Amino acid sequence: MIALPPTFDANLAIDIALLVMLVVLAGAIVRTRSLLAAIILFSIYSLISAVWFVIMDAPDVAFTEAVVGAGISTIVLLGAILLTRGETERPDWRRLIAPALVCITVGGILIYAATGLPALGDASSPANAYIGRAYLEAAPKDIGLPNTVTAVLASYRGFDTFGETAVIFAAGVGVALMLGFGPRASLAPPPVVTGDHHVVLRVAAKLLIPLIALFALYVQFHGDLGAGGGFQAGVIMAAAIILHALVFGLRETVSAVPPRVARSVASLGVLVYAGVGVACMINGGAFLDYDYLFPPEVEKQIPGWLLGDSEHAHHWGQHFGIMLIELGVLLTVAATMVTIFYGFAGRTIDDARREAKP
Amino acid sequence: MSFILSHFNYIAVAVLMMAGLFIVFSSGNLIKRMIGLAIFQTATGLFYISLGKVSGGTAPIVVEPNSPEARELASRLDPAYLAQHGVDGVVYSNPLPNVLILTAIVVGVATLAVGLAIAVRVREAFGSVEADEIEVLSRVESTQPGPRA
Repeated sequence: MIALPPTFDANLAIDIALLVMLVVLAGAIVRTRSLLAAIILFSIYSLISAVWFVIMDAPDVAFTEAVVGAGISTIVLLGAILLTRGETERPDWRRLIAPALVCITVGGILIYAATGLPALGDASSPANAYIGRAYLEAAPKDIGLPNTVTAVLASYRGFDTFGETAVIFAAGVGVALMLGFGPRASLAPPPVVTGDHHVVLRVAAKLLIPLIALFALYVQFHGDLGAGGGFQAGVIMAAAIILHALVFGLRETVSAVPPRVARSVASLGVLVYAGVGVACMINGGAFLDYDYLFPPEVEKQIPGWLLGDSEHAHHWGQHFGIMLIELGVLLTVAATMVTIFYGFAGRTIDDARREAKP
Repeated sequence: MSFILSHFNYIAVAVLMMAGLFIVFSSGNLIKRMIGLAIFQTATGLFYISLGKVSGGTAPIVVEPNSPEARELASRLDPAYLAQHGVDGVVYSNPLPNVLILTAIVVGVATLAVGLAIAVRVREAFGSVEADEIEVLSRVESTQPGPRA
């Protein structure tokens, strides 16, 4: 067994520097009383952890964290403080003693437990030497995709990902039920504005939005080969729509993407995912076993040159299955994020007051 | 010192987790609590990804065997290490934690949104998102008919 000693190389130096930044930011979030400051600090925290994920060889995760953490969750949090209040109460210091003691104790136990964990980058640790390696060896033969993360996500653990897609859909439904099904009071005609102060913003957004949407499609279809996939692409697509709403106003966006359409697309995505699974079952396989996506007589008809790999004709089913379920993920994630945004952005304090009246 | 360097990630994860937990425990503000929960969740992600890192590894996107890229990646490593831990001549980091955390992040923002939606409704019902004030108000409301009763 070779245990590579933890040499202090550039990677480790960047790793430690970024983690120290994260700890400092977390400390600042604990201390600040302004919620706006906390949200902006959390956005920076997410962006730095995205950089850290790249150092740790996880570009797919970095992608997701950058779009979700620094993008969508910041917008959702800002929407929430707009509807509530921007400051927290000053806590009584005596009430902080017990939580501090609990956290210090648990933290101490966790650090003590860390002594039993494998060193960072240990290639012979159980997690890395067996299951991780097994996936890396099997995926090119079973699935035929270079990106092992996509292969595991969409095929080996396809059922798990189906559950996660359903959870996202359920969260979207939950937000829609709690905050209303779309914009109401804010749909009133906007006040007449004389002199447009945001002309640069509007022009830049008009140029950027189609490019962001195009980039989302690239991330979607390139996810089989490199970093990317339905989750990241869905959030980027939602970001394009949300940017439109932020710059041009919710009224305009709702006429382009009505809340009803967003909700239908969210359910359509889950349906596409489940439909692929059921199609595999009809053709004699298990749920989401893409090898059975095409009946054998159809698979024989597919010319080998289409895939460039005639000896692994069964990859064809895997390729198509993964493409379809990633499409389902894209639809659900994008539409759910837009629905959540509509829920927060469409509600105003006026709505709440009107509802509160008997 | 060597222990601190090789286990620095786990120590940082423990500190970040406890920072998140402390916010959840100590802050009465519901939105601040959701931020604390989100920090706690990110720390879990950092922990998983730390476990999946392999020294000298590259991202788990399979490189064509014997291609110039594969040879270049292999040339940076000790041949004995490469022979033991490499797959087709390249050392990769573990793909499984990436898969788990990737989906967890997106599910995390969806559940964060649900939590914030609840906070918004609480604010509309009680006029506050501070846990202490809500407690007082709900006690008042239970003894006399409130505006929504």
